Amino acid sequence: MEALVASAIGIMTAAGIYLILRLRTFPVVLGMAMLSYAVNIFLFATGRLAVNMPPILEHAGVNTPGYTDPMPQALVLTAIVISFGMTAVVVMLSLGAFIEAGNDRIDLGDEEKTK
Amino acid sequence: MSPALIAALPFLGAFLPALLIRTGRTHAAAAAALTSGLALLGLLLHLPAVLRGEVITTRIEWLPWLGLNVNFMIDGLGMLFATLILGIGILIILYARYYLTKSDPAGQFYTYLLLFQGAMVGIVLSDNILLLLVFWELTSLSSFLLIGFWKHLPEGRQGARMALTVTGLGGLSMIAGMLILGNIAGSYDISEILKHREAIQASDMYLPALILILGGAFTKSAQFPFHFWLPHAMAAPTPVSAYLHSATMVKAGLFLMARLWPVLSGTPEWFYIVATTGLITMLIGAKIAIFKDDMKALLAFSTVSHLGLITFLLGLGTKTAAVAAVFHIINHATFKAALFMSAGIVDHEAHTRDLKRLGGLRHLMPITATIATVAALSMAGIPLFNGFLSKELMLEEAAHTVWAETTWLVPVVATLAALFSAAYSFRFIAHGFFGPVRDDYPTTPHDPGIGMWASPAFLATLVVLIGVMPMTFAGPYVQMAANAVVGGDLHMHLIKHWHGLTPALIMSGIAVLGGVALLFVFKPLKVLWENMPRPEAKVIYDWIVEGIATLSSRFTAALHNGSMARYLMLFTLASIAAGLWAWSGGTQGPITRAMLPVTPVAAVGWVMLVTATLCVVAFHHNRLLALVLISIVGLIVSICFIYLSAPDLALTQISVEVVTAVLMLLALNFLPKTTALESSKLKLSGDAALAIAGGLAVGGLIYALMMRDFAFDTMAAYHLAKSYELGGGTNVVNVILVDFRGYDTYGEITVLGIAALVIFALTEALLSGTASRKLIAWRPDMVRGGDKHPLMLLIASRVILPIALLVGVFIFLRGHNLPGGGFIAGLVVSIALVMQYMASGFAWTQARQKVYYHVLIGAGVLAAGITGAGAWFNGMPFLTSDFGYVKLPGLEPFELATAAGFDLGVFLGVVGSVMLSLGGLSRLARRAAALEDEEGAHIVAEKPAARDLAAAGAAAYPAGAPLPQRWLSARAAKGEKQ
Repeated sequence: MEALVASAIGIMTAAGIYLILRLRTFPVVLGMAMLSYAVNIFLFATGRLAVNMPPILEHAGVNTPGYTDPMPQALVLTAIVISFGMTAVVVMLSLGAFIEAGNDRIDLGDEEKTK
Repeated sequence: MSPALIAALPFLGAFLPALLIRTGRTHAAAAAALTSGLALLGLLLHLPAVLRGEVITTRIEWLPWLGLNVNFMIDGLGMLFATLILGIGILIILYARYYLTKSDPAGQFYTYLLLFQGAMVGIVLSDNILLLLVFWELTSLSSFLLIGFWKHLPEGRQGARMALTVTGLGGLSMIAGMLILGNIAGSYDISEILKHREAIQASDMYLPALILILGGAFTKSAQFPFHFWLPHAMAAPTPVSAYLHSATMVKAGLFLMARLWPVLSGTPEWFYIVATTGLITMLIGAKIAIFKDDMKALLAFSTVSHLGLITFLLGLGTKTAAVAAVFHIINHATFKAALFMSAGIVDHEAHTRDLKRLGGLRHLMPITATIATVAALSMAGIPLFNGFLSKELMLEEAAHTVWAETTWLVPVVATLAALFSAAYSFRFIAHGFFGPVRDDYPTTPHDPGIGMWASPAFLATLVVLIGVMPMTFAGPYVQMAANAVVGGDLHMHLIKHWHGLTPALIMSGIAVLGGVALLFVFKPLKVLWENMPRPEAKVIYDWIVEGIATLSSRFTAALHNGSMARYLMLFTLASIAAGLWAWSGGTQGPITRAMLPVTPVAAVGWVMLVTATLCVVAFHHNRLLALVLISIVGLIVSICFIYLSAPDLALTQISVEVVTAVLMLLALNFLPKTTALESSKLKLSGDAALAIAGGLAVGGLIYALMMRDFAFDTMAAYHLAKSYELGGGTNVVNVILVDFRGYDTYGEITVLGIAALVIFALTEALLSGTASRKLIAWRPDMVRGGDKHPLMLLIASRVILPIALLVGVFIFLRGHNLPGGGFIAGLVVSIALVMQYMASGFAWTQARQKVYYHVLIGAGVLAAGITGAGAWFNGMPFLTSDFGYVKLPGLEPFELATAAGFDLGVFLGVVGSVMLSLGGLSRLARRAAALEDEEGAHIVAEKPAARDLAAAGAAAYPAGAPLPQRWLSARAAKGEKQ
């Protein structure tokens, strides 16, 4: 299981890096979303993997053999919501740039670059 | 008055002149003088005690774990300096009232002056070196404001910048030195450090600490080779020069050396660095001063020279020299402030202060001439004036100082410097006030009103009184301050004029006679001086600054050339390289955990995830397809969370997926639907290689991590054990979010709210200006579906809304004990609302939506904050939660935790943020569709009024609500068309 998760994180990271290196805004946004998935699972996995051990304390109806580490889960939960906020800002920036400039390149034009 | 209050008074009083800025100079000056006077009074009330040798202290803990405490003390040295700072401050305030013209913003001036005064008083009364550093930096900043007060003068701005650069850099060096010093002594309290002389001087770090601290002191006190900023700071208004360069700013460095004298002095390092620097500065400053034609420049270099003199005395490290240093600090402050003010009067009345264009002022302005002459003669070291006495003491010390086994060097240099000093003092009087009356003055100068000459006259009186009866007027003060410098038990010798025919008297005589002689051959000397090549400090300084600026802009340009792909590439490369470096140098323990078995479900999920990810990469040119594919990734990630015991994460992830997809679709409405293939094969393969390297690194890292047990015990056990007991909830993740780590969550909803507001602001910017015209002219680039608001979706969404809201409430309420909570409930409710917008249209929904989403965000943060603050009423820290059981008739007892209030804040914040973000994008789309024919698209059972844009807008924003101007104009335009 660990090998599957680790390889999935690795593949998603690679896909994310590849996409953020593109030259147009939309693939970069996709790449950042992909990196967010990878990073969130990475953080989550630092609590080590466990099956059927949700950190819900035992009471009526819930019966588990133990509990997984709740801390990374709490961190990742807010991270997921924050990454939505970040994606929204980036999308808005790219949209604004597109409307203002008429194209969706992420690099400055050659004439604007510093020499 | 408490020492802390004395230091705080000028800062508090600084508000007054700023508030009185419109009432004119007199009120602002009176307010400033009142503040300083009050502080001085408070200080002097302690004088009898301090004269008895007591030390008044105030101790307030600020950050005790850093050793940073607001500890103040008034000892003899602090008393002396604080008296000078506040006393001369009052004189300057009076003088400036008449010096400044009506058009100068006097309120600003006095505010800056009081800020500076407060910072200076803070330095001299601090009993903690970290606190002292804070005030030290404050003097640099506030003196910047003062020196650059005449913003319209380029010299003023340059001088201010130069002063800030030099003293600021010195301050940085001093911070390092002070930290080392505090480390050696084991405390940052000065009174504590002063007890550890042996330990400090024996430490290996003594020399680095000494050099770094002296770096700060020398730059502040304009010691060679950092002396060049001081003359350039003369572009300031004269009251500022008089204040900064006589009693305050430049004396801060001397104060520091005197303050740390007991622990730092007495070593050969101290002697050779401090005394030599002082001697060189004394000579060079005096030499340059002779040839300066500008009165203020002459005084500036003379200040440099006198600061060198005091530094030299402190550097000698003997007790008698320390007494002389303290005495000269007093004398220099009195005569130099008087001289600066006299120069200011001359400038003010004659409209020039160029010695070549002045002369005979003795007849035109006798009062000013008398004051200036008295002060200048004191500076020259003529008997019966106070400057003579301290100069004698200095020469006496110099006479028997051996420098590297050379006995003649120091006495000769000191005599020469005294000679130069006498020469420029004589020149100041002779060329300015004596000689024939000139008739080429722009206006005939005359003595100003008493308001302007009262301050220098008072100081000149002091010069004479101390000169004639030193032991009466300065003796106790010198004794008190010198005692504090040398650390007690000082038996001061009588300060008097006649000691017999000592070497010092002979040297003094040579100096005075030589000075007069020099004045007679001044003209040929001046020609010689002008033709002599000499290093111009400002040119060198500009050259260095220019060089550094060019270098850094080249460096920046090389890294930031405007290509974001390149930044990201470099960043990724650097991260991988750093990781590789860490990995190659680290050690890895053996695998300690067994791998979990792979179930068929997991295997299928993995295959789907990997396939979808690879497909996103492969098909990202088709943007809509890529969006669908990445949503698959998101779904599998959610399932993965459920499978791996994280139900809360799964719920969050899946709801975020929905809103993200809507967001991306809204963006794709405008953006091109395809990405052209632009990169070369080389770049593609390079990027791919980098991506694979990054993927391998991250994957490898997490694999290595997961296969090993925790190196330390985690907090998991604590959270699991205490969740119910302390937080009253069984869903540990939720309890962590709203209770254990509530502060984090509080920050996060705030950040989320800020992100939503940023989006709102961006939308507003796009809806105005050129972007708005582009939006209106925008035409869809693909064929639209026939029906904007399909009936089926519309009916279904309206039926679902109450159910969805109920689900939201349910998830919210169960959150503390079962998977759910504010975040997830907020997202679910947002989805329900977004569905309404999608099905029924923005206008229809917005017209029925009564609450601004901004308000929701604000309410959320407030609710969370208020819940957190509620803990204060129980005497607990911010965000401590409480819970109890409530029994309502007819219901089972249920639990009520204050954390629910916090979670409500989270809920509101999330709903507001999500809706405001998506709403922004929708508004752009609406603007773009403004010219589209709305009729026919609506087969909706809407109220007819809702179809009308203006009416819908009016309903959403009731009459009287503050609206952006362009909305009103748009509304009016719409009305006209109909």
